[in-house]
Amino acid sequence: MRFLISKALVIFQNIFFNFAAHFKKLIMKKNYETVFILTPVLSDVQMKDAVDKFKNVLLDNDAEFVNEENWGLKKLAYPIQHKSTGFYQLFEYKADPASIKTLETEFKRDEKVMRFLTTALDKHAVAYNEKRKSGAFNKKEKEAAK
Amino acid sequence: MTLMNEPVNREQQKKKYCRFKKNGIKYIDYKDANFLLKFVNDQGKILPRRITGTSQKYQKKVAQAVKRARHVALLPYVTDSLK
Repeated sequence: MRFLISKALVIFQNIFFNFAAHFKKLIMKKNYETVFILTPVLSDVQMKDAVDKFKNVLLDNDAEFVNEENWGLKKLAYPIQHKSTGFYQLFEYKADPASIKTLETEFKRDEKVMRFLTTALDKHAVAYNEKRKSGAFNKKEKEAAK
Repeated sequence: MTLMNEPVNREQQKKKYCRFKKNGIKYIDYKDANFLLKFVNDQGKILPRRITGTSQKYQKKVAQAVKRARHVALLPYVTDSLK
């Protein structure tokens, strides 16, 4: 009898784990976009290190990168932490919804990050970003001209 | 930068229209601060629908985009002279 119960338990466990694995596959990756601002006191190397750190956080959570942009040192519309400029960085990626939380805790822990914003992208946003990436809007040239 | 709001001609009132519906714009980018400037007044406040003519559906998205832009310091929360 005991033997039977233990065997049944093993079978149930197997079924459970199979389901768990199945559901894990079912969790679809979603498209996200993150903009964050790093303090201007960093040197270029430090800034790139910080960016790489957050990129690795995402890559460790097996995210796929779609695009990343470094906007460089930009003037802020209002002072944050008594600073009027900041390094802007944009990430576009596909990731598990759960990995966003780990990324955001990393952002909160890091004092180099002044602001961050993560948004989930719908299909129109993805289409827009694709267009933007291909330079259909020519924003960069315009901004450079200004 | 074209920061001026479109003038409203009181005498021969043209029918207002939603520019997003008319031009088939589906997504409003919060990263494009110059574009969002069309939907805020010179204090940085979001303009009402009755002035811009935006439809309800897109006014929500405009408001969301402006608020996101404010958070990442692309637009100011409060100011005196935006334009």
